[in-house]
Amino acid sequence: MNELLVKNAYVIDPINHIDGEVMDIAVRDGRIVEDVGPQAEVIDAEGCLTLPGGVDSHTHVCGTKVNFGRYMSPEDMRAGREVRRGVKHATSGYSVPTTYANSYRYAIMGYTTLLEGAMAPLEARHTHEEFSATPLQDMMANTLFDGNWGVMKAVSEGDIERVAAIVGWTLSAVKGFGIKLTNPGGTEAWGYGKDLRCIKDEVPHFGVTPAEIIEAMIQACEMLRLPHSVHLHCNNLGTPGNYACTVGTFNLVPDLNKKRQSLYATHVQFHSYGGSDWKTFRSKAEPVAYTVNNRPQIVIDMGQVMFGKTTTMTADGPMEFNLYRLHHNKWSNHDVELETGSGIIPVLYRKKNLVNSIMWAIGLELGLLVKDPWRCLLTTDNPNGAPFVKYPEIIALLMSKKYRDAEFATVHRRTESRVDLPALDREMDWNEIAVMTRAGQAKALGITGIGKGHLGLGAEADIAVYPLKVGEIDPAQEYQKIIDGFARAKWTVKRGRPVARNGEILVHGENTTIWVDPKISPEHDMSRDPKFTEMFNHWYSVRMSNYPVQDEYLKRNLRIETEATI
Amino acid sequence: MIHEDMICPFCGCLCDDLVIETEGTEVVRVDNACTLGSHKLMNAGKHRLKAPIMRDSGRWRDATYEEAIEYTAGILLDADRPLLYGWSSTQGEAQGAGVSMAELLGGVIDSTTSVCHGPSILAIQEVGHPGCTLGQVKNRADLIVYWGCNPTEAHPRHMSRYTTYADGYFLENAFRDRKLIIVDVRKTETGSIADEFIQVKPGGDYAVLSALRAIVRGREDVVPPTVAGVTKEQLLRVAALCKEAKFGALFFGVGLTMSPGKYKNVRNAIELVDELNRYTKFTLTPLRGHYNVYGSNEVFTWMTGYPYAVDFSRQIAFYNPGETTAVDILARKECDAALIVASDPGAHFPKKCLEHLTDIPTVLIDPMHTMTTPLVRCQIPTAVTGMDAAGTAYRMDGVPIHVKKFLDLGYPSDTEIITKIFEKVTEVRHP
Repeated sequence: MNELLVKNAYVIDPINHIDGEVMDIAVRDGRIVEDVGPQAEVIDAEGCLTLPGGVDSHTHVCGTKVNFGRYMSPEDMRAGREVRRGVKHATSGYSVPTTYANSYRYAIMGYTTLLEGAMAPLEARHTHEEFSATPLQDMMANTLFDGNWGVMKAVSEGDIERVAAIVGWTLSAVKGFGIKLTNPGGTEAWGYGKDLRCIKDEVPHFGVTPAEIIEAMIQACEMLRLPHSVHLHCNNLGTPGNYACTVGTFNLVPDLNKKRQSLYATHVQFHSYGGSDWKTFRSKAEPVAYTVNNRPQIVIDMGQVMFGKTTTMTADGPMEFNLYRLHHNKWSNHDVELETGSGIIPVLYRKKNLVNSIMWAIGLELGLLVKDPWRCLLTTDNPNGAPFVKYPEIIALLMSKKYRDAEFATVHRRTESRVDLPALDREMDWNEIAVMTRAGQAKALGITGIGKGHLGLGAEADIAVYPLKVGEIDPAQEYQKIIDGFARAKWTVKRGRPVARNGEILVHGENTTIWVDPKISPEHDMSRDPKFTEMFNHWYSVRMSNYPVQDEYLKRNLRIETEATI
Repeated sequence: MIHEDMICPFCGCLCDDLVIETEGTEVVRVDNACTLGSHKLMNAGKHRLKAPIMRDSGRWRDATYEEAIEYTAGILLDADRPLLYGWSSTQGEAQGAGVSMAELLGGVIDSTTSVCHGPSILAIQEVGHPGCTLGQVKNRADLIVYWGCNPTEAHPRHMSRYTTYADGYFLENAFRDRKLIIVDVRKTETGSIADEFIQVKPGGDYAVLSALRAIVRGREDVVPPTVAGVTKEQLLRVAALCKEAKFGALFFGVGLTMSPGKYKNVRNAIELVDELNRYTKFTLTPLRGHYNVYGSNEVFTWMTGYPYAVDFSRQIAFYNPGETTAVDILARKECDAALIVASDPGAHFPKKCLEHLTDIPTVLIDPMHTMTTPLVRCQIPTAVTGMDAAGTAYRMDGVPIHVKKFLDLGYPSDTEIITKIFEKVTEVRHP
């Protein structure tokens, strides 16, 4: 029996409506309990800010394209080298660090649960291999269906049950968590070097539109009773004027689930652009945030851009090729048969660049203009907008108008006429930051029920204690203290075990892979469907029997079985 | 007993549709595999070392696994700069254990990549890699280019599974609708079926690629009448074929990576493909040789940040091909102990390197007697992955496949042996 007591914690736990109560947190065998015995290990939080472990609902840390980002970037590896010490492996990398480095840096910042944003089903085994080398966080993988032939054919036939059956079979086979659509239909068009502009364009050869794919998948997601909603990277990412496509997409979405959103739109900063070309480029965060405010069925994340070097990577292959043509650095692409695409390029976001400066402002505008922090979550689309180590700076920017103004004074001087940021006075409080970085993320992912994102009785004992005395700091003025405090947790506790202390890694650890296994009726079992198996064995380059990820790739894991309605 | 959908542990194609028949512990029949794969599987049960062997006063003697493991851990611990080399014909799990061991020892770990597609990786690190999975080629490509390679001999099912002879979803008559371009210094069997065979003078690849790039960019005026033995007329024809294709796929082998120009050749090829993507869809894939050499690059990368030639002597991961690559370390007589896993440097490395291998304590982990055996002081036989051991392997396009076990001959897997050596090392050198 393992017991731990976190004493004198200044707790903010939004899910349990605790906002600044000094209390003790008792932990037994990895779960939060009423009390523990006198033999329990004690951590004295000394009245410091104590939150549930951080949750990142959209990051890219494991899998084929992440690893290719490392593979093609020895220059990035030189940036984050640390020596092997104690339980800690040697690390390399800044924007695409090694698995160990990702895990350590997230743990030092108090993060305990991560969702890998995009896993190609055919290559899922790779993602799971990297998960097992990510020792200090629980992991989930959103599974890509944007160019899935089986899905698109079923959509064109109007057979939503079949769409759900294919999604359900695939999630079980690849041990995925939720549905990810990246530039739906556009990644299939990229198979022949084309792209789609928005949701009404038709996918070549398949006679369906992104709008039809998105609508069908939202319904299928609910039929399968998946914990998370459809997780969408909208069409037309990164192009001037794309906000209209984004708003049009949001307006499609029905409200189908009382517990959570029906659509999670990711890195919306990249989808909130006005203007008709790069010369007239401007922020359209306001109409996008207005739409979100009026449609409770939608949750977004910021996809904040921060200045500096990074590596962009996405399943949106055509977008990355366009970006390559702008940047002329280096470009990798990796299309996955019958499923999806992807691209990678390194990027340097510069304050001297007007477009980059506007992008920086748009992310913050979204954070500040979406009224409800439960519906605009803090991310950088790591590493696309910036590496996740920039989160503390973003928190400070959201909490301090003074800091925003100071930063704004350093960006491209023409930014002011293109954005609304200087006019926004909102300064977020501690509770709102707790929502945007853990509680809201856990709720949006549908994992509060398994004890994530809160500190209630029975919750997973994932706890972060930051060296911040809430009553003694004025975040609006002392923003550097916010940055320093969130960058290095005093303690990070994972499943009841302290894993990091003041920047030091304490244990090697073992994560849990969380995956979803929808229970589907036998008549909808795709493994026995002749049309599906024929398509599979004819056009994939691996046999259907060799496709599913074997159980041995999941070490410790949590299987969430859902009762599908088909 | 019939085993279906088995995976071939020979080349980077990782064909996964083999039907293997066994009787007891014998493989009696292999269907669907190529000659190379069949031969490996039919014979992998034979000629195996029965037990570890060690050299004793110049003679071989049998040893126990415990003794051999103890010896290996000892020489690695005693060394100032141990080299852990090979890793291409084993499972990913063994590679991972190898990296952790190299890290703890402060040694150097390198795979056979450094003598095959190492230059491709250097090129990719400069300009990227426009690629795709092999099924994408099979379903879409109407133009295939093989450059500096001979798939008929080296990857015998590549053309039937993924390119020329494979059915394609978007092609009505794939064989007839596909064009095949072969570029090589001599006419191979693959060359004889090509629509265009481009015979390049040895060492002329870079110039030919440059000429094609110039033509694709609309600067045919700068191209002389012949380039490295290839006529301008043919180059214009080939450039037009590439631009007209709906989906082109370029594959290349060590004929491009290891000929004069080395990584610059590959860089030029990648930039040609980049350029072609402005007109059509074009992809490029290195034809990887060993069935899991790409896996070693993947595993090394997520663990250390670098795909091969990783030096831990400074306690950080340090990478500098040409300095930290196995051949260079051996040629400079730098390493003072070596562990060779699932590869055969005895058959491939320069003589100077092999001489050094014999001068230092070297251990080989391999199921059979190989050209490396005479050079080492101890050999530990293990199971053959894909036959009597299972594990993960990465196909040449990065698709990870679970390689299956269908026999049990009682040998430990590479992972088991390396883990045991690692445990011994850990007892002395605590993490």
